[in-house]
Formats: sequence, structure tokens, C-alpha cells
Amino acid sequence: MMEIINEYVFSVFFVETLLNGLLYGGVLALLSLGLNLIFGVIDVVWICYAELVMLGMYTIYFMHVRYGIPLIPSSVICVLMVALLGYVLHRIIIAHVLGKAPINQLLATGGVLFFLQSIATLMFGVEFLSLGVSLGSFQLTEDIYLSKSQFVAFIVAAAAVAGMYFFLSRSYMGAAIRAISQDREIMILMGVDANRLYGITSAIGGGLAGLAACLLALQFDVHPFVGISFGPIVFMVCVMGGLGNLVGGFIAAFVFAELIAIGGYFADLEWGTVLAFCVFVITMFIRPEGLFARKS
Amino acid sequence: MLVIDDVTAGYGDFTALRNASIEVKAGEAVAVIGPNGAGKSTLMRAISGMIPLKGGTITMEGQSISSIPAHKIVETGIAHVPENRRLFARMSVEENLRVGCYAKPFRAAFDKRLEFVYELFPRMKERRNQLAGTMSGGEQQMCAIGRALMSDPKILLMDEPSAGLAPVIVQQVFELIRRIRAEGLTVLIVEQNVQQVLKVVDRAYLLEAGTIRHSGSSAELLGSEDIRKAYIGV
Ligand SMILES: Nc1ncnc2c1ncn2[C@@H]1O[C@H](COP(=O)(O)OP(=O)(O)OP(=O)(O)O)[C@@H](O)[C@H]1O
Ligand SMILES: [Mg+2]
Repeated sequence: MMEIINEYVFSVFFVETLLNGLLYGGVLALLSLGLNLIFGVIDVVWICYAELVMLGMYTIYFMHVRYGIPLIPSSVICVLMVALLGYVLHRIIIAHVLGKAPINQLLATGGVLFFLQSIATLMFGVEFLSLGVSLGSFQLTEDIYLSKSQFVAFIVAAAAVAGMYFFLSRSYMGAAIRAISQDREIMILMGVDANRLYGITSAIGGGLAGLAACLLALQFDVHPFVGISFGPIVFMVCVMGGLGNLVGGFIAAFVFAELIAIGGYFADLEWGTVLAFCVFVITMFIRPEGLFARKS
Repeated sequence: MLVIDDVTAGYGDFTALRNASIEVKAGEAVAVIGPNGAGKSTLMRAISGMIPLKGGTITMEGQSISSIPAHKIVETGIAHVPENRRLFARMSVEENLRVGCYAKPFRAAFDKRLEFVYELFPRMKERRNQLAGTMSGGEQQMCAIGRALMSDPKILLMDEPSAGLAPVIVQQVFELIRRIRAEGLTVLIVEQNVQQVLKVVDRAYLLEAGTIRHSGSSAELLGSEDIRKAYIGV
């Protein structure tokens, strides 16, 4: 037993695995923040959230690869495009199912999911498209190498999460966004136009999805169904952290990412996801409201 | 200042307030009393735009507020301390006060208003970083009133500020209402604590089953046999 522990746990590869988990956690934290924010403020779960990321990945692909726009401006365009998409999605679909039965909201946003997948298939085909940007990797210690694109993704995601933290804790708009998730009805007394706040939150949530799209496009190819590979994980992260609980979602993102990484270390990569799903299911049995649920 | 003219309001098909007319003049304190379910809170909600009117008009200093967007009503100088306080429980006292100052025209005066509220409630200054939901009932009521005062209102609507508080704290709440009046604010208050409230207001309306049954000066109502029997119990 000790030998096994010595061999596996005290190895540099395990440290590398933990670091990779940490890096992946950054992007997951970014995505769960966007989804949680939307849920907390608007009280609708955007089942199609990962599909916004998918469209974002196509946006940056077309800007950078097809139109030859440099990476940074392409990323800015991508963020703005998906923010606009989030806003439009709210105005033409979500605004009409507010306060309706959750099943109707689920059907509406689920419908958008399939719609966006189909549109992407029609417009772009099913082939895997690559941004073709390779940042290579760098050597952390003698034996530990980290992928630069993952590292950049982590840094940018962490900066965005920190920026959101300051926005939410220091600005009037941020205070109102947190307040409305606690008491919707009285916001009118505070002079808050809820519909305007919904629109802005949708745009912010979209913008975060667009940013995540840029970061993911550095590491993964884009295809119409790429959302499947991280959408469900983001949902589980949010549920595990307590839907709408921003801090809970943040912590759960790293727990999840580490579980995936560690599972992948001891067995195949896919087993990492299996391990994370199992932990998720067990958590749901023990604490159906999520790990960090608040007393209501 | 505030004129409620022939207002009808309710929820869905249900009418909770029928053809009510109330007037509050500048500098006055007016109470609305009545049994549970009479429609008192409905009246307050109708004034501050939480529910739409089904009929009638409300004007604030001559400006019709039935025709402006509901979230703009606070900008006309009406602040509402809702029933059950309704603080943002997972936010600090100071963050609650900040949300009370959300509307653009109020923001420039945030520091000044904060100072005013902290002067009125030194306790709130001590507790500025405490989560609102973890405070005692009396402290929460102070915070709720403070939040409403952040917008520097001309008229303060209060919906049962003494509900659920210990007798000593209830005394403090009524003392506070006197101080708020002394600051020059106009007050419209809903209270179950009839005997107490009639001592701090000038006039009162009696609301029963959605209709205004009586109105008169505090002294008149305190002297009325029926009201003493039904609402004061002596
Ligand atoms: N959100 C709502 N939906 C439907 N009916 C409501 C709603 N709020 C209040 N009512 C009904 O409207 C009527 C008046 O309610 P309201 O809250 O105005 O009474 P109240 O005079 O404030 O009573 P209390 O002293 O108990 O606070 C009641 O019959 C109540 O059941
Ligand atoms: Mg009431």
C-alpha cells in the first residue's frame, strides 16, 4: 500500500496532474460564474449556455483563421458577439418565459440548444476546425511541463473572475444584481428596472461565455457539438455549488476539475469524467441542494 | 403632497382595495389602520408601484405617478419600507443601504445620505459590515428604514414597522417615527398597534375589507367607542 502511494502520489507526474486540474478549473469557474449569474438574477437556467460558447469558438475561428484578424482583436470581437447573442437570446426567448413553469423554460432553452447546434451544422458543417495557434509549453521544474495555452487560459479566466468579483461587490449595478437574486419583488422600491437588469446580466453572461470560447479555442477544435464536452460539466459544477451561489460554484469548479484530473491520472482520461460524475451523484444524494447550499 | 384618488387594486381577478381615496399633506403623518387582510399593504404596494392600479389615479406633488414606469416612482420622492422589512439578508448593512441609493439621481449624494442614516442609527454604523440577515429584528427594522431614507425621500411609507418586535423595541420604533417627522419628512404608516400609532400621527384612515370606512384626526379616532372596542381592546 505504502509503495503504491509513494509511487503514485509522491511523483512529479501527480503534481503535474494537480496543476493541470487547477488550470482547467479556471475556465470551468469562468463558465459556472456566467451560468450562475444568469440563474441567480433571471431565475432561468440557460440549458443552451455551452452552445453560446460553441458559437463563440466559431466566431474566433472565422475572425482569426478566415479573415486573418490577429488573435487579440478576434477575441474582443468574439466576446462582444457572444455578449450580444446573450442579450438577444434574452429579449426574444427568455423574456417571454419569465415566471412560467420551469418545464416550459427548460423546453424553451433546450430548444435553443438544438436550434443552435443545427444552425452551426448547417452553416459550418461537422468537421473539426482548429484555430491553429500553438503556444507550446514551458518547463516549470525539471520534470514538470505545463501547456502555455492552458496557463494563459487560467490567468485570463482568473482575471475575469476577479474583475467580476469587484464589479459585483463595488458597483451599484453589481449590488443590484446580487440583491435581485435575493428579493425580486422589492427591487422596484429601490428604483431598479428589473428588465434592464435582466438584459445587462444576459449580456454579461454571454460575454463570459465568449471569453471562455476564446480560451477553449486555444486548446480544443471547434465543431457543432463541442458544447457537449463541457456543458454538462458546467451544469454539474453549478448544481454542486448550489445553483445561483457564485462562491459555491467557484469552489465546485476546482473540485470538479481536480477530480477529472486525478481520475485521469490513475486511469484513462475518460475515467476522470466518470469519477467526477460519480462524486456528483453521491453529493446529490447526500446534499441535494448542493455542497454549499444556504439555509433559505 | 400625495393624493390617492378612487384607487382600486388587487391580485389577478381578486380586488383587495376598492375605490380608496386618501390624501397626505406635506409635513403630515397619517396612519392607515384596519384588521388583517383589510388591504393596507395592498394600498402601500399600489402607491409605490409594486402592483398596477385597476382604477383611479395617484399623484405626487401634482405629478401623476400612475402613468410613469413603476421603478421611477421612487425618484418622485416616495420611499417604501415594506412589510416584514425585506432586507437583502446575504448582503451587509452598508450594501443594503447602497442598493437603496441605486437610482442614478441619488448616487451623487450617497456619502451624505450614509452619514445621515448612521447619525440616525449609530447602531447601523457599528454593524455596517454585518450580514443583514444575522441582525436582530429591531436592528433589521432600522436597516430597512435606513435603506428607504437613502433616497432622501419626501414621504416615507412604512408598513407595520413595529410588527414582531419586543415592547421595548416597539417604543423605540415609535420614538423614531417622531424623530423622522422632526426631520421634516411626511409619513404614511400602516400599523396594527393602533393606540400607539395614533399618538404619533395627525390623522388616520380605517380600512376594512378593502374599503375606507372612517377617517379622522387621531383624537377623534381615539375617542370613538367603536374603534376603541375593535382595535384597542379597552
Ligand atoms: N400576492 C398576493 N396574491 C394574491 N392575493 C393577495 C396577495 N397579497 C395579498 N393578497 C390578498 O389581498 C388581501 C389584502 O391583503 P393585504 O396584504 O393588503 O392585507 P393587510 O391589510 O396588509 O393585512 P395584514 O395586516 O395581515 O398585513 C388579502 O385577502 C390577501 O389574501
Ligand atoms: Mg399587510
